[in-house]
Amino acid sequence: MDAISQVAQQRSPQRSPTVFFRRLADGDAIAHFITLVFAASILLITSLLVYELWINSKLPRHQFGWHFLVTSVWDPVFGNFGALPFIYGTVITSAVALIIAVPLGLGAAIFLAELAPRGVSNILTFLIELLAAVPSVIYGLLGIFIVVPLVRDYVAPALKASLGFLPLFQGPCYGVGFLTAGIVLAVMVIPFIISVSREVLLSVPADQREAALSLGATRWEATWKAVVPFARTGILGSVFLAMARALGETMAVTMVIGNDPKISASLLAPGYSIAAVIANEFTEATGDLYLQSLIELGLVLFLLTFILNGMARILIVATETKGMAQE
Amino acid sequence: MIRAISGFAVGAILLLSAVGMMAAPRHALPADTVLLNAAGATFPYPIYSKWFDVYHQKFPNVQINYQSIGSGGGIRQVLAGTVDFGASDGPMTDQMLGQAKVKILHFPTVLGADVPTYNIPGVTGELNFTQNALADIFLGKVTKWNDPQMAKANPGVNMPNKDIVVIHRSDGSGTTYIWVDFLSKASQEWSTKVGKATSVNWPVGLGGKGNEGVSGLVQQTPYALGYVELIYAIQNHIPYGKVQNSSGKYIKADLAGVTAAAASAANNMPEDFRVSITNAPGATSYPISSFTWLLIPSKIADPAKRDAIKGFLKWMLTDGQNYNEGLAYARLPKAVAAREMKAIALIQ
Amino acid sequence: MNSSLRWRKFVNVVMLGLTAVCVTVAVSALLIILGYLVIHGAESLSWNFFTQLPKPVGETGGGMANAIVGSAKLVLLASMIGIPIGCIGGVYVAEYGGKMFSFVIRYTADLLNGVPSIVIGIFAYTIIVLPMHHFSTIAGGFALGIMMIPIAVRTTESFLRAVPRSLREASVALGASKWKTIVKVIIPAAMGGIMTGIMLNIARVAGETAPLLFTAFSNRYWSPGWNQPAASLPVMIYTYAIAPYEDWHRQAWAAGLVLLAMVLLTNILARLILYSRRASASR
Repeated sequence: MDAISQVAQQRSPQRSPTVFFRRLADGDAIAHFITLVFAASILLITSLLVYELWINSKLPRHQFGWHFLVTSVWDPVFGNFGALPFIYGTVITSAVALIIAVPLGLGAAIFLAELAPRGVSNILTFLIELLAAVPSVIYGLLGIFIVVPLVRDYVAPALKASLGFLPLFQGPCYGVGFLTAGIVLAVMVIPFIISVSREVLLSVPADQREAALSLGATRWEATWKAVVPFARTGILGSVFLAMARALGETMAVTMVIGNDPKISASLLAPGYSIAAVIANEFTEATGDLYLQSLIELGLVLFLLTFILNGMARILIVATETKGMAQE
Repeated sequence: MIRAISGFAVGAILLLSAVGMMAAPRHALPADTVLLNAAGATFPYPIYSKWFDVYHQKFPNVQINYQSIGSGGGIRQVLAGTVDFGASDGPMTDQMLGQAKVKILHFPTVLGADVPTYNIPGVTGELNFTQNALADIFLGKVTKWNDPQMAKANPGVNMPNKDIVVIHRSDGSGTTYIWVDFLSKASQEWSTKVGKATSVNWPVGLGGKGNEGVSGLVQQTPYALGYVELIYAIQNHIPYGKVQNSSGKYIKADLAGVTAAAASAANNMPEDFRVSITNAPGATSYPISSFTWLLIPSKIADPAKRDAIKGFLKWMLTDGQNYNEGLAYARLPKAVAAREMKAIALIQ
Repeated sequence: MNSSLRWRKFVNVVMLGLTAVCVTVAVSALLIILGYLVIHGAESLSWNFFTQLPKPVGETGGGMANAIVGSAKLVLLASMIGIPIGCIGGVYVAEYGGKMFSFVIRYTADLLNGVPSIVIGIFAYTIIVLPMHHFSTIAGGFALGIMMIPIAVRTTESFLRAVPRSLREASVALGASKWKTIVKVIIPAAMGGIMTGIMLNIARVAGETAPLLFTAFSNRYWSPGWNQPAASLPVMIYTYAIAPYEDWHRQAWAAGLVLLAMVLLTNILARLILYSRRASASR
């Protein structure tokens, strides 16, 4: 069938079986259908996951209700469970991780995409992508052997000397704590930010950069004011990936966060995160209430991710301007 | 595009076949191969892996795959039926046993102990810990190393005027269970306020993951105090202190002390072998000792698996025990082993 | 040269210098990790390591041959599940989906990404291991596959959208139907980015431990087929690293090195195929 009659066919649908089957045989309808099925399966899997979490956390939901979210106790022996210290720890460590990783990652991506010669850029990116392959257990061990002493003996004293008036950096420092966990998480998520941002920056059409340069901008100005904003959505997408990874990271965090379910204002204090407590206690938990409380924590994390993602998206929409790739 | 797809397909097929070929065992599995899967405690993992390997050398058709996912994991998988048998450092409670479809039998295998390990700059000798002192430290009531309780137990040692940094396990574990079981017996306050389980609501302290985590934190943190398994302390040359037993003597943990604790308990052991031997009577008994158990279903449908398990248990109670000391585990007292031999008949 | 221009040039140099610093930091992190693994694990890398089964503690000569094969099988199975669902789903969201439905799927993928790996393991345990009554490679591959979906969706969609409109318009102007445009024009143009996403995915999933603990379990012996528990490098690293034995610690570091090497090899292979295809296509 030639193109014109194809278009004509689509313009005037007729309700008959032959037309239906002919439309089905038309590549586009099949493609649409197939991709739809795959996309829908994502929804299906996630819904199934939430459903399983929901029905397997029945006991604590009935027993604690909403108090679960605001209680600070975690007592397996007497059956008293509350999620607040874990929520706090999860949010704080992820925030620290992003504060460190996003500027570093973006800076590195800019260098790799704009400044470095292609060959060097490819090799360096290869190496940085390897960081994503390091097992989280090894990140945890290296955190214990390298980052903990570093923080305890050098970083914490330095921070206290310079910024000690802030409640963020007060109190004793054992090496393990929110800050250390944040640093380890930052190293774990940085390859995602660098890799994806670099690809996005590379795909920005050359005319954007050239237009800025031709107007007299310096290299940096052209990059920062013309190229990066154009790639904003892709870069923000990589930040979303990083945030999600940080929120859910299990093994590495539990080895360096101190595993103390308390809320402290100081970043140097030990704490706990949702993923860490589930990893620590799930294999040993006996008793239905205990087990299901851990599963309810998983549900709480889901809710947390939902809210954080929502807030971030509202932020994006609120600051969106014309002249960049739309999402 | 076609080229890419075909290239990818060819590569995938090659990879799959290579992997498939490699995945086949080097020699064809004999027809009477029995594959057993087991899961549970991490504490006895070294000796179990040794036993299962030696048994496989003796009986090549029996492959026992044991994974140390934790005592609680072992209990849960046995209850769910996803493994053929389990292992646990803490015995199953009546409530857990009630959830089982078939009755679960407990078989003690080896003995182990927890030791207090510390890092005090300037103090190199072995410190004495009274039962009360340990409980109060972990309750947060005793906060300084030069507290009167510690000073009195250690005359002649210059205890520093520094805060004790308490380190405990963050992950649920049989090691914790043994420790808090002892603390519950040592202190009424601990028993009512905190209690005993594989995971508790610690009043004070930082959490380290695994024995590795605790010992790592203790070694890195000045003035820290934590608890680890005896084998771990021995293998890694970690200094540890003496604990006062029920007779008032300060005992440094070793295999003899642990076996003595078990022997004194052997006399009043219940039928199903579920007993706690912390704070056992006896002048030479080490107070923070414990059995560790295999959890075997009393009814096993597959006759090949049943015979393999029974054969292994018999071997474990006789020849197997000879390997214990080499890996720093204490032997079962003879009386206990003899009773277990009789109990094997209960597996049908 | 007026002062404003001098200032802008100064800022230019400083900022570009800072980006170089950022790269240095990132690469040094990797070099430190690699260095540590090599120093502590290299001596355990021997022919035995790659061909022998694990031996109990105290015996030398043990290796991780079954874990290497197991990891390869698990990642392969995971890729066969996660990449098609993720990438084709990403195609839908970028090309076909309505605004609302695309938003929902994108959001859902982000949510799935944030689920802790151990919770995904628990999920796979509940729906595969429990009904089957035993652990298996299939369950492990399924758990890892789910973890791959969100990244695949996100990166595929991102790079499909980044393809300039001019390409699409040119293709349609030449009479190609929508799906032909996607398959023959847009996807090849976005292939570099999509491949990056796939590689990051494989890298991350190859190193995950927690989802495998309750699904693939682990195995001291060979695991024939797909229905038995299987050993994998991350789980072996986890088991060995927290054990009391120095020999096992060294093996754990060596296993980490081997894992990195395997991922690097896969990455290089994939890029080679991609670049050679590009080179031949542009001839």
